[in-house]
Amino acid sequence: MSKEPVAVVGIGQTKHVAARRDVSIAGLVREAALRALADAELTWADIDAVVIGKAPDFFEGVMMPELYLADALGATGKPMLRVHTAGSVGGSTALVATNLVAGRVHGTVLTLAYEKQSESNAMWGLSLPVPFQQPLLAGAGGFFAPHVRAYMRRTGAPDAVGSLVAYKDRRNALKNPYAHLHEHDITLEKVQASPMLWDPIRYSETCPSSDGACAMVLTDRAGAARSPRPPAWMHGGAMRSEPTLFAGKDFVSPQAGKDCAADVYRQAGIADPRRDIDAVEMYVPFSWYEPMWLENLGFADEGEGWKLTESGVTELEGDLPVNMSGGVLSTNPIGASGMIRFAEAALQVRGQAGEHQVDGARRVLGHAYGGGSQFFSMWLVGTEPPTS
Amino acid sequence: MRPIRDIAVVAFAQSDHRRTSDELSEVEMLLPVLHEVLDRTGLKAGDIGFTCSGSTDYLAGRAFSFTMALDGVGAWPPISESHVEMDGAWALYEAWTKLLTGDADTALVYSYGKSSPGSVRDVLTRQLDPYYVAPLWPDSVALAALQARALVDAGETDEPELATIAARSRASAATNPHAQLRGPVPHGDHLVRPLRTGDCPPIGDGAAAVILAAGDRARELCERPAWIRGIDHRIEAHSLGVRDLTDSPSTRLAAERAGAFDRPVDTAELHAPFTSQEVVLRKALRLGDDVRVNPSGGALAANPIMAAGLIRIGEAAARVHRGESDRALAHATSGPCLQQNLVAVLEGDAR
Repeated sequence: MSKEPVAVVGIGQTKHVAARRDVSIAGLVREAALRALADAELTWADIDAVVIGKAPDFFEGVMMPELYLADALGATGKPMLRVHTAGSVGGSTALVATNLVAGRVHGTVLTLAYEKQSESNAMWGLSLPVPFQQPLLAGAGGFFAPHVRAYMRRTGAPDAVGSLVAYKDRRNALKNPYAHLHEHDITLEKVQASPMLWDPIRYSETCPSSDGACAMVLTDRAGAARSPRPPAWMHGGAMRSEPTLFAGKDFVSPQAGKDCAADVYRQAGIADPRRDIDAVEMYVPFSWYEPMWLENLGFADEGEGWKLTESGVTELEGDLPVNMSGGVLSTNPIGASGMIRFAEAALQVRGQAGEHQVDGARRVLGHAYGGGSQFFSMWLVGTEPPTS
Repeated sequence: MRPIRDIAVVAFAQSDHRRTSDELSEVEMLLPVLHEVLDRTGLKAGDIGFTCSGSTDYLAGRAFSFTMALDGVGAWPPISESHVEMDGAWALYEAWTKLLTGDADTALVYSYGKSSPGSVRDVLTRQLDPYYVAPLWPDSVALAALQARALVDAGETDEPELATIAARSRASAATNPHAQLRGPVPHGDHLVRPLRTGDCPPIGDGAAAVILAAGDRARELCERPAWIRGIDHRIEAHSLGVRDLTDSPSTRLAAERAGAFDRPVDTAELHAPFTSQEVVLRKALRLGDDVRVNPSGGALAANPIMAAGLIRIGEAAARVHRGESDRALAHATSGPCLQQNLVAVLEGDAR
C-alpha cells in the first residue's frame, strides 16, 4: 500500500530573541502553535495528535517536559510523542509527525520544537562530566573547530570563506522578521575583525543562543484540499545515524549525511541536486559548515563546496540560495533549529517567505544534524503533490 | 480502526533487573539484550530496517546519553534511527508508525534505565511543572500516595486489597528469572500513607529490546507472531488538581482506539508501579477476574524506569509466542499518577 501524501498547511514561529522573559516555556510553545493553527485556519479541535521535540532536558532542567506542556499544546485526550535526537531533533520531530499522516494513523498532526536558552545553560549541558568524557572540550565550538580546520587543510579553501557565509546569513536575517540577530550595521570587515573563539571560528561566525519555538501543521490529501493557503508537499524525508567516534569516521563529510541525502533524493526523484533543487535551508551553526554540507549533500564535488560560497552562488539572489532565513547563524533555539530549517523550506515553496522569498522556488531542501556530526534528518518539499 | 499493515512483535529480550549495576555502563547493560533479541530471529544489526530507542538523560545524569547506547547497536554503516525521551513503549509506537508507512519491514526497539546512581524519587520530581510544582519537590511515592488515598476515600479499594495485589504480583514473579522481587516479600511499614513499602515498586536497573516485523517477514522470523491489532496512547492534563485520580480516562480512550473492548483479552500486562494504580487500570480497562493480570509480576516485581513499559509489551508478546495467550493487552504509563498511557492489543494466529 502506498503512503498517504503529507502536506504542510500551517507554520508558526515566535520572534526569536535572547530571552523571552515575558513568557514561561508553556507560553513560548503555545505562541508558536497558535500561529501555526492560525496560518492553517484550524483550531485545537482539528488536531489529532501532537509530536514535540527539543534538545537535552538538561538545558532547561525539566525532565520530559512534554508532560508539563500537554495542556499548553491542547494535547489532553490526544496522543503526544516526544522526540530527542540531539541537534537534528527539530527535523526528526517533523519526520516522526509525517509518519503518523503517511501511515494513515492520523489526518492532521501538530508538530513543534523549542528551546528556551535563557532558562538554560547550554555550555554546562553540553560539557559532559568526568568520567563520561575527558574534560577537553568547551561547548560545541570546541568540538567542531578541528573538523573545520581539517576541511580547510583538505580543500585548500581560503581563510575568508567562513566570514563570507556569516556576512551573507546575517544580511539575510535582516529580511526575516522572526530571526534573532538583526545586525543592521553588519559589514564583512566587522565579521573578519571579530574575536577568534575556537580557531578558525570567529565570534561572528557562530550561532547565537536563542529562545524560540517553531510549529507546523501537517495533514493528508483531504486536509490539504481544505487548506486556505498553498500547501507544501513532502517529496522525501529520511534520518540517518552513525556512532560518535570510531576509527575511519569522516568528520568533515560523514557517511550518514551522504546516505540520508541519497535516500531523500531517491524518494523525491532528484537526479542532480544542484540542478533539481532550487534552494536549501541547512543547519550551519558555524559558518564553515555551509561549504562542508554543500559537498556532503551533493551540491558540489568534494573539495569544491567553498567555491560555490565564494562565487556568490549561495547568496539570496544566487543560483542556489542557502539559508535565506539567516539560518542557525542568526537564530538558534537549539531544539527548534532543525524544525525552523524544515519550516523555512516549506515557507519557500508556499511562496510565503516574504522578503527572503526565492522567486519560483519549487523544490527546497530542509536539513538538520546533531551530536558529533552523527545524526541527520532531512526533507524535501515541493509546490506540487508527489506523483508516486 | 484496523492498522493498514499487519505488524507483529516477533522477539523480546530483557536483562536481569537488579538493584544496582555499578559495574556496568548503560551500553554494557544493553549490549547482551540486543544480541539476545537479534539471536532469537537470526537477524543481524545490519538487517534491521529501522531502529528506535527510549531513555532519559535524567537517569544517566548527562546530556545526550542515548548517543553512547547507539554504540551498542553498532550503527555502522549508518542506520535509519530515532530516539524518544520516553519509555520504550513509545519508541515501539514510533517504530510501528514507521513500518506502517512501508519504509521498513523490520524494526529494533530498545530502552534502558539505571535508577541506581541517583535518588529516583527526587529525580522524578523534575518531571513536574517547573514553575509551580517542581520547586516543592513532591516525590513520586508521595504523589502515588495521594492517588491511593483518593481511591481509599472513594471506597474503590482498601489497604488489605492493595496488599493482596502486591503479594500476587511477587508470587507470579517467582517464575520470572528476570524479576528483581520474587516470591514472598514483607509488605512492610507505611512509606507514605496509605502506601507501604510492599505497595511500591523496587528501584533498579534494566534494559529491554523488541523486534517488530511486518506481514510475511514476521511469519518468517517467528513461529507465532504477536500481531499488533491496535495500539494507541493518550495524555491527560499535567496538574493533579484538575484530574480525577481515581480514574484513568486516557487509558480507557487508548484502549478503545486500540480495539481492546472489541473482544475480551485473556491476559493483561499492566504498567502499574504502585498497587493502587492497578486498581485504577483494571477499572479503566474493564478487566474481569478471568483475565490473567501481570503473570510476569509486573512493575511491582521489576521497574527499570524507561524500560518497564516496553517490558509489558514484550512480556505480553512472549506469552503469545509461547502459545500461553491468544489475545493479550499490554499497557505502559508515564508521568505522575498515570498521566500518559499507552495500550496495545496483541493476538496470535488461531491454533
